[in-house]
Amino acid sequence: MAEIITEKLSHVYSAGTPFESTALHDVSISIPQGQFAAVIGHTGSGKSTFIQHLNALLQPTEGRVLLDGQDINNDKYTRRDVKWKVGLVFQYPEYQLFEETVYKDIAFGPSNMKLSKEEIDERVREAAAFTGVSEELFERSPLELSGGQKRRIAIAGVIAMRPEILILDEPTAGLDPAGCAQIFENIRSYREKSGATVLIVSHSMDDVARLAERIIVFDRGTVVMDDTPASVFSRAKELMEIGLNVPKAAELAVALRDRGIGLPEGIFTHERLLAALLQLREGRKC
Amino acid sequence: MLRDVTLGQYFPGNTVVHRLDPRTKILLVVIYIIALFQAQGWISYGLVTLVTLVCMALSKIKPSSMFKGVKPMLFIIVLTALLNIFYTEGTPIRPGWIITWEGIARAVQMMLRIILLISGTFLLTYTTSPIALTDGLEMLLSPLKKLKVPVHEMTMMMSMALRFIPTLIAETDKIMSAQKARGADFETGSLIQRAKALLPILVPLFVSAFKRADELAVAMESRCYHGGEGRTRMKQLIMQRRDTIALVLGLLFLTAMIVLKRVGL
Repeated sequence: MAEIITEKLSHVYSAGTPFESTALHDVSISIPQGQFAAVIGHTGSGKSTFIQHLNALLQPTEGRVLLDGQDINNDKYTRRDVKWKVGLVFQYPEYQLFEETVYKDIAFGPSNMKLSKEEIDERVREAAAFTGVSEELFERSPLELSGGQKRRIAIAGVIAMRPEILILDEPTAGLDPAGCAQIFENIRSYREKSGATVLIVSHSMDDVARLAERIIVFDRGTVVMDDTPASVFSRAKELMEIGLNVPKAAELAVALRDRGIGLPEGIFTHERLLAALLQLREGRKC
Repeated sequence: MLRDVTLGQYFPGNTVVHRLDPRTKILLVVIYIIALFQAQGWISYGLVTLVTLVCMALSKIKPSSMFKGVKPMLFIIVLTALLNIFYTEGTPIRPGWIITWEGIARAVQMMLRIILLISGTFLLTYTTSPIALTDGLEMLLSPLKKLKVPVHEMTMMMSMALRFIPTLIAETDKIMSAQKARGADFETGSLIQRAKALLPILVPLFVSAFKRADELAVAMESRCYHGGEGRTRMKQLIMQRRDTIALVLGLLFLTAMIVLKRVGL
């Protein structure tokens, strides 16, 4: 269905001025339908620039972006239509809320798609349900709600377009742990029910480790690693060198292993670490 | 994209023009403007153009970035030229035509005057950082403090406004991208539709601008900011020899222009 491919993608900002800078260099990646992938990298590593290419907000300086085998930058119309298929939630999306009511704000995306009123209504309610925005809030002004609520409304505004590929840039930045957990749960349930591809940008390794099937690591505009979480986090030293860290559980597992506790390889979530430790204790009892 | 806005934007560099004291540069621009308005004949226009080109070459500003600054004024420039062509009396270029030789000459001079005016002032903002510019302005205006004019507050407001232009541009860019990602269309439709399409940008922009202003005020107060009285600065402005030379050259230029005007060239 919706496979997104980038071919030798490069992007240069402010080309030809003293402020010229290369944000992306030769990025070739393919993300199949339904995958839950994470993009990680230090600030300025090009990850935000990269995701803005996937829905044609930015046009590549060189290279192509293909959605289902079609170049999304072909013409003005494909550039606009691709935005329904590839939903992009920006960092701190609550700053984009502008309508008088929560309902109208969530409906902004679908109404730009020129859908019927009933269809819009259905999508707004569906998106609100996915993100845990209660219908009681629909007539309130989005500006008077709490930060976590605003964030979920903004995400609902993108989900209401029913994107086949959902991209989120740091969806949990600045939220408390409970708020983070809730947002991740919302994203997980949307993916489960719609079968959408999800691409998440984050530098919280713990979250990424728990959710993603694949991790793409950016450093200075290029992809330096692209693998399963298990193999990416086994290269802890390299991650550290480019200013990233490994999940706390993985760090702890390495430390325990060093002290002679026979833990298996590939532990990078709290749950798995706990399970492995319990299993070890069981083994000793017998 | 908005990223490419260069109107009055500072281009970092290390040329003689960049290193001049901001006070010198402000004074030179004032001298330059007065001199420009002395120009009447072709010789004096030629001299101003030459001086402008030399300054541009010294500052290593590309003519293309200069042109970008002039572009928004193109309409006014052309309009002035047209008015001058049609409304100047003199000898018609052909018998019976309204267009006169004098009109054409005036139109060209007027265009030249506006373009030189813009280029000269842009040269100042292109080569001087906003902070240096307001510092220089504050010091130049400081005699007015005796008359209870709040010079410091005014320049502080100015430097803050300048400081936040790039921030607001970046913010606008971000909000625009976010709304575009939700399918907002800013490029097509009638004028009214397009004006309406700006609402999803303006509302969040104002909300965040007010929030930011509030935060800035709190941050300044918590660092005990209380206006200009008794404030010292980290970077003292000191006049160098090159500043004296530049000012002398500037005054010589002005004198030359006045003399040329008297002679009627």
